[in-house]
Amino acid sequence: MFGLNKKDTSLLLVVAVLTLFAPFILNPFPTESGLAQFNAGYPDLMQRFVIFGIFAVGFNILFGLTGYLSFGHAAFLGVGSYSAVWMFKLLSMNVIPAIILSVIVAGLFALLIGFVSLRRSGIYFSILTLAFAQMSFNLAYSVLTPITNGETGLQLTLDDPRILGVSATADGSIPVTSLFGLEMRSTYEMAVAGWNFQFSAGYYLCAIIMLVSFYIAVRIFRSPFGLMLRAVKCNQNRMRYTGLNTRPYTLAAFVISGMYAGLAGGLMASMDPLAGAERMQWTASGEVVLMTILGGAGTLIGPVLGAGFIKYFENIFSKINDNVLHQWFGFLPDGIEDFVVFIIHPFIGKGWHLTLGILFMLVVIYLPGGLVEGGQRISRLFKKNKSSDDGAAAKTTPAE
Amino acid sequence: MDAILLQILNGLDKGSAYALIALGLTLIFGTLGVVNFAHGALFMIGAFCAVTLQRILNLSYEEIDPTQTDFLGNPLVVKVPYVQAWFGPEMGGSIIDWSVPLAILFAIPVMIFVGFAMERGLIKHFYKRPHADQILVTFGLAIVLQEVVKYFYGANPIPTGAPEAFRGSFDFGVLLGFDPNAIIYPYWRLIYFAFAAVIIGGVFSFLQFTTFGMVVRAGMADRETVGLLGINIDKRFTFMFGLAAAVAGLAGVMYAPINSPNYHMGMDFLVLSFVVVVVGGMGSLPGAVAAGFLLGILESFASMNEIKSIIPGIDQIIIYVVAIIILLTRPRGLMGRKGVMED
Repeated sequence: MFGLNKKDTSLLLVVAVLTLFAPFILNPFPTESGLAQFNAGYPDLMQRFVIFGIFAVGFNILFGLTGYLSFGHAAFLGVGSYSAVWMFKLLSMNVIPAIILSVIVAGLFALLIGFVSLRRSGIYFSILTLAFAQMSFNLAYSVLTPITNGETGLQLTLDDPRILGVSATADGSIPVTSLFGLEMRSTYEMAVAGWNFQFSAGYYLCAIIMLVSFYIAVRIFRSPFGLMLRAVKCNQNRMRYTGLNTRPYTLAAFVISGMYAGLAGGLMASMDPLAGAERMQWTASGEVVLMTILGGAGTLIGPVLGAGFIKYFENIFSKINDNVLHQWFGFLPDGIEDFVVFIIHPFIGKGWHLTLGILFMLVVIYLPGGLVEGGQRISRLFKKNKSSDDGAAAKTTPAE
Repeated sequence: MDAILLQILNGLDKGSAYALIALGLTLIFGTLGVVNFAHGALFMIGAFCAVTLQRILNLSYEEIDPTQTDFLGNPLVVKVPYVQAWFGPEMGGSIIDWSVPLAILFAIPVMIFVGFAMERGLIKHFYKRPHADQILVTFGLAIVLQEVVKYFYGANPIPTGAPEAFRGSFDFGVLLGFDPNAIIYPYWRLIYFAFAAVIIGGVFSFLQFTTFGMVVRAGMADRETVGLLGINIDKRFTFMFGLAAAVAGLAGVMYAPINSPNYHMGMDFLVLSFVVVVVGGMGSLPGAVAAGFLLGILESFASMNEIKSIIPGIDQIIIYVVAIIILLTRPRGLMGRKGVMED
């Protein structure tokens, strides 16, 4: 189907089912139950899942296939956000032109940076991209304030021109982003016996765009172009010795992943029309690296998993506080309860980054293939147990 | 002329910090071949050593002072630091006042221990792994260290003063025949520069003039051959890691009065120090030092109003612009050796 082989088709279908039914899947606990805080099925968080999924899938096209570790990808995300917000300010509140512009601008920006940075490889490439991203971040904060609105961040105002739309709605407020009249923030709530499912228009737009971009990524991975990129990762010198110029390929990969980042930035601005410079800081670039590695670099599903994993736990861990812990461990004797809460305390709430850092280190040390490799190992373990006499069963091919 | 001199002086203290961190980074890279993204965190730990010592020295007990009364007429409860109780108010007061320089003594063993623990516990397992993995795991470690410090010391900068004697400024202009108040420079920054110069000189002479240093240099050139000669080069390299950690830590200790330590100062410096290392040339110690001072001075020149009015915003990006230009025209950096980090 869609020019994919059987395995990729089923993978695509799994991702499609997961994203389209996310409001159900992420909402397993009834609203009133004590476990409701583990629900992630509300529009804001689900949008973040898929948007960062797009970002990580794009980053993986560069890092996973070519092995070039870029530490400046957040710059493209930021540029995408800024251009989308400008489109809302100048043209109309329709998200389509905004997203298209953000992809194009991010692509051009990536072409410029990639053209310079890709002259070097290895750590030099990382430093160059880092330098460019920090440069854009610093400029966005200082000199480019007329375009970026500096520290406050770029926001919509009532006196924006909006040629094809209205500057202000009838009741004098700023219009909201929409897709041909369908407001992005409009949400349909469905209450079923204690459960409260929310279906947001914005989420479904993001989800569909994410599916399309995931499909494109699958096609890239399976194309001769993708094979060429893998060859670059494997041994670039050998490629050069055979008389092949690898740079157009790496540059194309860089631009494509920059466009994915721009798309993610555009979507982010479409869901919530403001853009700030902190989206371009290098810690933001570090975050997408974490997502990709945590999920499994070079695999198709890995970055999506990683993005979902990090965003989910960021949200959940930040919400847990000491009171919640005391509730959970209430069954323990008093002294032990306090002790357990005291031990866990640094890792929750504001300490989420500590947990993330430790988790990330453990993954890099013990599971270089990320969550995907972890899953494979577990499934291999089960297969071995089932058919211990059949040694060949252990040699499963990696299910990318 | 005096403006130019002032900018050079202003660049020196930041340049010294860059040079010290970059020196440590290069030591680690040149010996162990590891790209250490946690080096900024070591700088930060150093600065927090100063904070910790200051807090320890200020530990106090409460005492009722019979000679004084508060505004209600009750006897006043005063806090007396233990140090003052032990050594007398005079001596104890000056010990507290000198907590930052004293923290150097405190920081050296702490930093060497941290360095050893890092190398033996984590980095040892990453020699054979690709550079990308090394970057990633040390990046993770940097996050962890930073969050641990944030947990114990909070997110706000902690002011850590220099000794009373060095808080003033020095009128440098008079010395060179300019008008008074033309070039004013805080004493502590002068001390920072002198301190950095001593440390840099110490590290270089250690490598150049001792047998240990000679073996380390030989190991940097050809690790395998040195190993074949029956020398335990790994042990020496571990020591060099500890030394590099101590250099970064001391840079942090002395930087505490210039810029109040906060938990993300390491990350802020790390990015710039990496740029410095790459500009100086990966694996070249003199290159790292030279590039550190060069970029520090360039940065302070770029923040002059005369230059900012010609090219707005140049002060924010000058370092990166220089890095990009140098990397594209001199791929190995200013003094890079051939064959280092080239795949």
